[in-house]
Amino acid sequence: MVERDYAMEAKVEERPAIRVEAPAVPKKKEGDLPVEQNELKMKASDVNLWYGEKQALFDVNLEMFDQSVTALIGPSGCGKSTFLRCLDRMNDVIDGVRITGDIRLDGEDIYAPRVDPVQLRARVGMVFQKPNPFPKSIFENVAYGPRIHGLCRSKAEFEEIVERSLTRAGLWEEVKDRLQEPGTGLSGGQQQRLCIARAISVNPEVLLMDEPCSALDPIATAKIETLMDDLKKNLCIVIVTHSMQQAARVSQRTAFFHLGKLVEVDDTTTIFTNPTDQRTQDYVTGRFG
Amino acid sequence: MIGYILVLLIVLAAVSYFFGRKRAVRAVEGREYLLHSRPNYHGAFVAAWVGIPSVLLVLVWILFQGSVIDNLLLWSLPPGTTDGLSVGQTSLLLSEIKSVAAGNLFSEPSLVVQEAAERYQRWEAIAQWAMVGVAFSVALLGLAIASRRISPDFRARHGAERILSGLMIACSLIAILTTLGIVLSLLIEALRFFDRVNPFEFFFGLNWEPQIPIREGQVTAGGAFGAIPVFAGTLLIALIAMAVATPIGLYSAIYLTEYAHPKVRAVIKPVLELLAGIPTVVYGFFAVLTVAPAMRQFGEMIGVPIAPNSALAAGAVMGIMIIPFISSLSDDAIAAVPRAMRDGSYAMGATKGETITKVLLPAALPGIMGGVLLAVSRAIGETMIVVMAAGIIATLTATRLSPVTTVTVQIVTLLIGDTEFDNPKTLAAFALGLVLFLVTLGLNILALHIVRKYREQYE
Ligand SMILES: Nc1ncnc2c1ncn2[C@@H]1O[C@H](COP(=O)(O)OP(=O)(O)O)[C@@H](O)[C@H]1O
Ligand SMILES: [Mg+2]
Repeated sequence: MVERDYAMEAKVEERPAIRVEAPAVPKKKEGDLPVEQNELKMKASDVNLWYGEKQALFDVNLEMFDQSVTALIGPSGCGKSTFLRCLDRMNDVIDGVRITGDIRLDGEDIYAPRVDPVQLRARVGMVFQKPNPFPKSIFENVAYGPRIHGLCRSKAEFEEIVERSLTRAGLWEEVKDRLQEPGTGLSGGQQQRLCIARAISVNPEVLLMDEPCSALDPIATAKIETLMDDLKKNLCIVIVTHSMQQAARVSQRTAFFHLGKLVEVDDTTTIFTNPTDQRTQDYVTGRFG
Repeated sequence: MIGYILVLLIVLAAVSYFFGRKRAVRAVEGREYLLHSRPNYHGAFVAAWVGIPSVLLVLVWILFQGSVIDNLLLWSLPPGTTDGLSVGQTSLLLSEIKSVAAGNLFSEPSLVVQEAAERYQRWEAIAQWAMVGVAFSVALLGLAIASRRISPDFRARHGAERILSGLMIACSLIAILTTLGIVLSLLIEALRFFDRVNPFEFFFGLNWEPQIPIREGQVTAGGAFGAIPVFAGTLLIALIAMAVATPIGLYSAIYLTEYAHPKVRAVIKPVLELLAGIPTVVYGFFAVLTVAPAMRQFGEMIGVPIAPNSALAAGAVMGIMIIPFISSLSDDAIAAVPRAMRDGSYAMGATKGETITKVLLPAALPGIMGGVLLAVSRAIGETMIVVMAAGIIATLTATRLSPVTTVTVQIVTLLIGDTEFDNPKTLAAFALGLVLFLVTLGLNILALHIVRKYREQYE
């Protein structure tokens, strides 16, 4: 096992980077206050990104708040996934990517040299467009994160964490009798919820979701949307979505991307009813996209 | 002569290709769009009709001409000439007649033979010209039939394609039939062996001394055909080879897919695969001249006597030889694991090492297993390296360091020198060959099955 240095900076050292225990009580009740009153969780400032010679993001500034859902919308190829992948440094894996600017998690630069992306990704989980369970049993899929991060010592601890994660992901009742069966044998919607369970098994503080429902049928989609409502009580969720209805249903804040630029970000209701920018207006009313 | 005829027929077919083309174009007065098939299909159709039947006919003719003339010759000899001659003597007589006919006179031939030789010459000439005549008639007949069918509506493309697919079926049939023939001959000889030697003794006997019973009249006396030592030697060498090849092959595959820069990979991968192309005799030299002495010296240094023709040297060199089987197939298998798996693992905060050992390798395991099994089957069937390096004494040894023998080496020694195919010693080679064939066949089928099943998983 690789030695992990969880100290990202002084502020983080005070608490374990990975909380095995879920916070007992949500800090605030949803809807009490505008989302901006929530704690600022992540903040991107002047982010530029190049794939080789080609620039994919231009001066993106975005704040993402705790216990809320931030939706990223915009036409295909406008850089939503690219931006999302900056938030857990998944672009590091790709050759030839260059990033400038500043992205902070709890006020601390995640691209600072002393930050190990491997540790960062334990705090910022990710769910992909296509469900991608490992070719392992359902149990092992969920236990993967706790196992590699050494969160559990005994089998009982693993069982507990697996059950809790699957329950939070709304999948426990459906799979509790077949935990040893391969995760790849589940239906698409179940697989996606399994991936959500896997992502939250290490108690991340932020959950990034890249079009998590685009491969699913409406019923499975509805389940995941309900789930997001639930999860955001103790998480900061950032979701990329192609469906404006979905953005309207699940998010509190919406950011509209166009050609690699962040055009406008505001409360979801404002974006959909009273946007400032003409391009946003055109997009949300379906005039282009 | 035959060569000229074949070339001529092929030239004729080529000419008729252009003839067919032209005729098709002329049939529509140059307006090619009126043709159902493009003109070159018409040409190909005619060429096939001209070339294929006539060439086939020539080949069949050659096959039977010799024996027909031989029989005619024997039949035409004065009555009583061949009475009391054995098969061998008859064929001797025939070859005498033929050499006289060819003008090679060693001694004064008898009158009978001289006459027969003249007849032979005459018939040969007749047969030859008859063949030319018939072949070209068939070719022209084909030309007539095919070119009469040319018309704007004629579906020449379908015809040409059907002929082509027929040709391809014939070619694959040849391969399959040859394989069947090999298996059958192996099987028949092996059964003859098991007629004389109890299969139970062969498969479970611990004593391998096939040299004893070759003397005349002693076929059933003594002679030990217990193949266990031979199987054990094979297994031992294969095991050593796998112990060398599996880690090296697997680690190079991991390095190539996950760590190497694309440019490095583009160089290393072909170089690794080159290892499979080196002739095994060369590996044999390497084992005998380099590896074995080095091992003996090393053994002396640490005080362990290592026989110069030990299984260790042969196994190690064989291991080097089969590295590409493992590395190449494992490399494919690892590279075929979808990107989404890697992303999923990295996104969970796994390191590269964890991703490889916990996600990629398990997912690629079937493909890797396939590669390993193919390598094993290759190692078991390998002859040259072991013949040169491991020696030919058949003893069951408990230690890796003294000489052993293998199935392939035994087959070679059993068949060297003595070519009489009716004593158990030589027949034993076929029994061993059959076992070898079945084992490697089984391994190959298993490996291909695993690899294929694995491929389906992600496509
Ligand atoms: N790995 C990559 N290499 C090069 N270009 C990429 C890569 N990934 C995305 N891009 C380019 O970056 C732009 C933004 O892509 P992406 O973030 O996937 O858009 P979205 O998710 O909004 O549809 C596109 O023009 C795309 O072609
Ligand atoms: Mg995308």
